[in-house]
Order: sequence, then C-alpha cells, then structure tokens
Amino acid sequence: MSGDLVVAGVTVTYGQHRVLDDVSLTVPSGALGVVLGPSGSGKTTLLRTIAGFLQPSSGEVSLGRRLLTGPRTMIPPERRGIGVVPQEGALFPHLTVAENIGFGLDRSAVSQARIRDLLARIDLAGAGARLPGALSGGQQQRVSLARALAPCPDFIVLDEPFAALDAHLRGRMRDLLRDLLTESGAGALLVTHDQAEALSTADCVTVLREGRVRITGTPEHVYCHPGEPGVAESTGEVVILPAQVVARDRVMTCVGEITVAGTPAGTGAWGRVWVRPEQISLTVLPPRIRAAVAETPERTSDAEAGPIDGWRVARVAFYGHDADIIITAPASSAPILRARVPAPVSLRPGQEVLPAVRGVAVFEA
Amino acid sequence: MTGRSGSPSVAGLSPMGEPLTGLGHEDGPLLRRRPPFGLIAAAALAASIALLPLAYLVIRVTEAGPGRLLAVLTRLRTWEVAATSVGLALAVAATAVVLGSMSAWLVARSALPATRLWAVALVLPLAMPTYVIAYAFVAAIPGVQGFAAAWLVLTLCTTPYVALPVLAALRSVDATVEEVARSCGASAWVVAHRITWPQVRPAVGAGALLVGLYVLSDFGAVSILRVDTFTRAIYTSYRAGFDRSSAAILAAFLVVLALVLVWLEARFTGQRGPVRGGSGVPRPPMPMPRRWLTPLAVLPLAAPLILAIGLPVAVLVSRTFAVDTGPVWSAVARATVHTLGAGALGMSAALLLAVPVGILLGRYRVRGSRFIASGVLATHALPGVVVGLALVLLGVTLMRPVYQTLVMLALAYGVLFMAKAVGSVRAGVERVPWVLEEVARSQGCTPREVWRRVTLPIAAPGVVAGAVLVLLTVMKELPATLLLRPTGFDTLATQIWSRSEVVQYGAAAPYALALVCVAVLPAWWLSIAASARGTDGRSGVGRG
Repeated sequence: MSGDLVVAGVTVTYGQHRVLDDVSLTVPSGALGVVLGPSGSGKTTLLRTIAGFLQPSSGEVSLGRRLLTGPRTMIPPERRGIGVVPQEGALFPHLTVAENIGFGLDRSAVSQARIRDLLARIDLAGAGARLPGALSGGQQQRVSLARALAPCPDFIVLDEPFAALDAHLRGRMRDLLRDLLTESGAGALLVTHDQAEALSTADCVTVLREGRVRITGTPEHVYCHPGEPGVAESTGEVVILPAQVVARDRVMTCVGEITVAGTPAGTGAWGRVWVRPEQISLTVLPPRIRAAVAETPERTSDAEAGPIDGWRVARVAFYGHDADIIITAPASSAPILRARVPAPVSLRPGQEVLPAVRGVAVFEA
Repeated sequence: MTGRSGSPSVAGLSPMGEPLTGLGHEDGPLLRRRPPFGLIAAAALAASIALLPLAYLVIRVTEAGPGRLLAVLTRLRTWEVAATSVGLALAVAATAVVLGSMSAWLVARSALPATRLWAVALVLPLAMPTYVIAYAFVAAIPGVQGFAAAWLVLTLCTTPYVALPVLAALRSVDATVEEVARSCGASAWVVAHRITWPQVRPAVGAGALLVGLYVLSDFGAVSILRVDTFTRAIYTSYRAGFDRSSAAILAAFLVVLALVLVWLEARFTGQRGPVRGGSGVPRPPMPMPRRWLTPLAVLPLAAPLILAIGLPVAVLVSRTFAVDTGPVWSAVARATVHTLGAGALGMSAALLLAVPVGILLGRYRVRGSRFIASGVLATHALPGVVVGLALVLLGVTLMRPVYQTLVMLALAYGVLFMAKAVGSVRAGVERVPWVLEEVARSQGCTPREVWRRVTLPIAAPGVVAGAVLVLLTVMKELPATLLLRPTGFDTLATQIWSRSEVVQYGAAAPYALALVCVAVLPAWWLSIAASARGTDGRSGVGRG
C-alpha cells in the first residue's frame, strides 16, 4: 500500500487553450479510479501529467506522502514508480513478449520467475518468445498490462485499455485488471470515453468535460445523481422531456410529475428534464380503466404541461437481459419515448400503456 | 470539442499528417514537442550545404548575364538537346510503365511458381549501372548506338522504379472490395478498370515520374551510346573548356526540368490511393488460376532480366576471360578498393547530412521543417553531372584548397544522396513513436537508456538499409566522380567509362565485372530486407 494518489488543482494550458482547468481528484490507496470523458476532454493529458511526461502550468500531483509534481518539483517518469498502459498496448516491436514484460526488471533469476508468473497470469504462458506482431489485439493489451505491473509499481495509469477489444474480451480483461491490481496492491487510474466500461470497472468515477471535473463519486452515485445534463448524458442514456416547474423539486411533464434534484427556477418556468430510460415504468391499462380515461374529455391547454394519454407501444427491441420499449402518443405532439424494462417482457406493439417516472431526474431551465 | 477545434489556430502549425504523440492521439496537436535548438540548427546547416551547388549554379548563370543566357537559349542545338532529353524521358517512362505494371501484376496476382523469388528478381536491375549495360550491348554488337539503344537500356534499368511501387500498391488492394464489385455485377475487366486501377494509379504516376527523373540525370548510358542529351552536352561543353558559362546555363535548364518532375512526383505521392475504411489487414486476392499462366505470360518478367543481367554478365565474363586483357588485375583491384572507399566516403557524408534532417522530419512537426524538407527534395532533382559541374566551378573559384581532394568528392556525394538517406533515417525514426519512449521511461529508464534500448534498436534497421542503398548508389555513380576525383583516384566506374570512351571494349570488361560483383551483394541484401519488412514488418505499436 503506497497511499492515495492526489491530483490537486492541475491546470495545463497550451497557448490560450486550457486543456485541463483546475483538475483535482483523489484515488484512494489500492483503489481503481476511472476518469470518464469524451475525446478532447483532456483525460489523456491528465494521465500524462500523472505519469510525469508533462509539466502542468500549475497544480500538484502526489502519491502517498511523496510529491511527484509541484511548482518546483518534477520527478522524472523513471523515478515515479508509476506504470503506464497506453492505448493499443504500445509494445516494443523489437522485443519478445517476455522481454517486453521484463523491460523494467533486471536480469536476475527472481525477475525471470516474475516474468513467467505474469505470463501465466495473462494466459500467455507459451508465448514468451513470440514477437508482439504475432499477437492479437487482446493479447497485446494483456502483455502491456503485465509489463506495467512487472516492476511492482505503486500506481498504474491506463489509457482506454479496452477500447480496441471485442465485447467479450473486455469483460475478461476487466476481471484480469481487477485481479492483478488486488494482488499487487497498486492503485490505478483508468481513462475512458465508454460509460459502461467506466461504471462497471471503477471504485470511483470522475467525469471530465472540457478540461474540468464535473462530478466525482461512486459509479452508482454518478449515474443516479449526475447533477447536470452533461454528466447525465456522458454517464448513460437519457430521455429528454420538456417540463414545467410546479414546486421546488417537482416538475410536470407529458408523463406526469417528476421529482428533480436541486432548486430549479420559479414555479411555472419551462425547461427540460433528463430521465434515464429505466426510470420510466410502463403500466398496461386494463380495458375498463382505459375506457374511463378515454371518457375524460378535458385536456390541459398547450400553455400548461400535464400528462398526456393515449401512449402506445410502437416497437419493442429485445436484448435478452432487458428490452427497450419505444412508446408514442400519436394524438399529441409529445416526443417519442424510450423506456427500458427488465426481461421477461410481456409488452407488445399496439398495447396502450401508462408511463410514469420513478426516482430523481435532472432539470435545467 | 475543446482540443481539436482550437488547435490549428492556436498552434499555428499546419498539421502534416497524424502527429506522433504519446499516450493516445487526443492531445496531439496541442502538446506537440519542440525540437532542441541544436537539431534545428544542424538540419538547417545540412539543408544549406545540400543547396550549395544549386545556389552556386544560379550565381554563375546570373553572372553570365542575360545576353549570354539568351544566346544559349536561342541556339538551335540547345533545343535539339532539350527535345532529345525530354523525348527519351517520355519514351522510357512509357515503356517502363507498361513493362513495370505488367511484371508487378504478374508477381502480385498470378500463381507464378516461386513468386517470392520473382519479387526479389524484380529489384535486381537496380544493381546494374546503366553504363555497364550500355557497354555490354556495345561490346556484344559493335556499332550499336543512338536513341533506340538508349531507350532500351534505360527501360531495362528503370523498370523496377515502376514495378516496385505498383507491386506494393497491388498488394495493399483489399480483395473484399473487388469481390463486392463482382457481386454488384461488374465483370473482371470492369473491376480491374474501375476498382483496382484507381488504387494503383498514384503508384504508377509516381513511378513514371521517378523514371523520367532518372533518365534526365543519366550520364553513363547516353554517353556510351552517343545520344546528345543534356547531361552529355553539359559534360562535353565543360570539357571543351573555353565555354563554362554555357555549360552552367545548360545545367540550370536541366535542373528546372528535373525540379518540375520532382514537384509533380511529390504531388503524386502526396495524394495516396483511396483510404481504406474499417480496420484489419487487407485480405490478399485469389491468385489468377494457373491455366492462364502460359510460358508466354512469364516473358515480360523474364525477358528484361535476361537482357539487363544475363546478357551483360555473359558478355563481361566472356570478354574478361577470352580476350587478352593482359595483367590488369592489380589495376582492377586498386580501382575496386577506390570504389569501396568512395562508397564508404559517400555513405558517411550523406548520413552526416541526413541524420539531423531525418530526425527533425520524422519526429517533429515544426514550421521550418517543411521548408527544409522541400530543400532536401530539391537536391533529389540534381543530376550528378550538374552537381559535379557546380562543385568544379565552385572549387576552382572559391574553394581552391579542397579542389580535387576527397573533401570535394565527399561533398558531392553528400549532396547527391542526402535525399535518399533522409528518407530512410526519417522512416526509421518514425517507427519509434513517442509513446514507446514514454513507456520505457515509466519502466525506469533514463533518457540515455531509452535511446540505447528502444530508439536505436527499432530505428537502426531502416537507417542501415538506407546507408547500404547509398553505398550501392555511390559505387555506381559516374559523372560527379569523373569531374571531382583527385588525380589518380580511379574507381571502377571511371575506369569503365574511360576505357569505353576510347573504344577499348575488351579492356573495360574486367572493371565492369568487378563492379557488378561488388554491387550485387548490397543489392541482394536490400531486396531481401525490403521483402522481409513488407511481409512481417507489422509491429505491436498499432496502425499508423
């Protein structure tokens, strides 16, 4: 255990442009932190700053009680003890797999044993003498991970390590990463633009947009309480609905009242609300109620929001573990909505449903 | 939306291709590294040295004055020479394109037996100096000379310049695309015309221009075959002695022609074939069925080889051993030693100039680098006879102490072959992206260790290949050596030339045979190295 990695107030500028703007985050000792951000958000710059390839214009990086980067400190990369797993592996093309893994080790028998050990751990026990060119993308990525971990670093940083892998390989690579990190006790920071990868891998997630930290927290917290539309959009799928404020934390939409976080504008103000598809629950109306609803003639005027009736299932996209239900209200100008329901799914196209939103959503005027 | 949109104006550095940055590409244009000042200075110095002969030529032409310039330019003979040069270049380019494309297609797409061997054989004519083939033809059939003979000889020598890029282009064509076209109802002929050809066309164009450039600069073959092109006219005009400014004006004329070709060639290679979508390695196409492969089809492959290598070697061997060449072996041995020495000298000079430029161009994208790159590219257009002439004039007037010393010769070789060496140094350095060095640093290596354990081992093979190529080319070089060598420094090339000039055909044979023997080893090594890189050169670094 080597202590927390602390990034404090790091700013990186290039000319007029701030690539990183006062970025602070902490990865607790031995934990796996993930920085989630779209391309161009500065996440690779953050990794390079931590690894010591880049001197920020201000801010500090420290690991445990050791200051790595500061106003008058710039420990060179080779003395930081931070392993690096770059995009697409970046193996040394002129060295064998075993030589790649052993690059940061001496030539002792202990090192040879360590290399053999790691080769076995990454399921490449027989491939030590091969050249990287002969490996598949997933294998290269695993060798890159083993190479970073071989010298027992205090911390490792990973740049989109799963980006080039197939879906089923990602899961295996993720498990391997977690296992190896646990065994070594090293902390890690991984950057990615893939929200599923971020949420499923991380102990804590930091969302980076346009060089600024937008939110930090557990994956669950970040997903369920994103706080702002941009974070909601970058951490998962959203349905955006027009909404009118009816109370301090309540807004009215075409699917009824929704609880929102924070204090929106005054009552009566219009805005939009960001809802997760799985927050929308669908109730199939029994014929009797349906008739009763249909008889209610009064419709709220266009100037005021209110629940719309006549929602019908337009399409069902079944994924196995769950399904997307596309619903429309043909009689009104309401948007097309996507709800996500767990399997088994009994809904069929054409059925009339009553949508409602559970939980808390994000509102912006 | 932050990074990319802001970068071009902020950086002010026009993006020349994908930047080579560290982790990921995301922050590439923003956090580009700056080259050390020493590197820029060395590269700029090298580029200025390379442009020295050209600059001096311009000075000489200006000094000659407009009257002199007009006199030379209105002379009928000037335009005869120009017409012969351009005509020969066009004719050879046309035949080389046809022959080169055909042989490349046969190697890439037909079920030839021993395809790999043919691919290596395709390169071999490059080892034969034009003047050796020309000499062999003259020795075999006395009295052969003129335009048609030069056309044939130069076609044999230059076909590889088309065949090799076309072969590479054909091999990179993804068969899937052709199959899709077939499934859309296109006949094999339509596919070849509308799918394959557009992807190969840039290679053909670039190859043809390279051939044109080669023909314009050739001195040996046209001199032996007595075809009055620019190079021969410049040399005779200089040798005539009394009229050096007219030689300079002719040389400037030739340089302008060559620069146009180089400019066109750079544009052709700049616009590469269509970009392939998707990822993964292109699948090679099914070879043509063997039933198409009548012995006649092998003719375009075999005939040039027989004429360019088989016939000359046979002639040289029979001449060397049959005719009473007398006790020349000690002279041959001395000339061989001189040739090897000249090769080593030229190789060192070219590398010395090329290393800073190649590193700068391969690793950094800075404003000045495009300028330096064009300067180096321009030297690529300089025929040997022009560099030789410019340096002779320069040596007589301004550099008297080093005139007719090896320094002058080294300078000429450096200028002439720097562009070749820059290409390979640059390619070698580009094989080491920043990210590899960064990983090595994070693994505990100091910058010096990174250089020793990562950069050098990865870049070296490419640089060595370039050095061997320069060595080979210097050993074959004729006109500049002829003009600048110190008295008594006879190389194999100069010996062949002076023997064949005075029609001592038998006496030249042992020198020519020795030159072929000396040249064939590096050439063979190069072609094997090239085909090895082509097949399993994929690194773990990922694409691009």
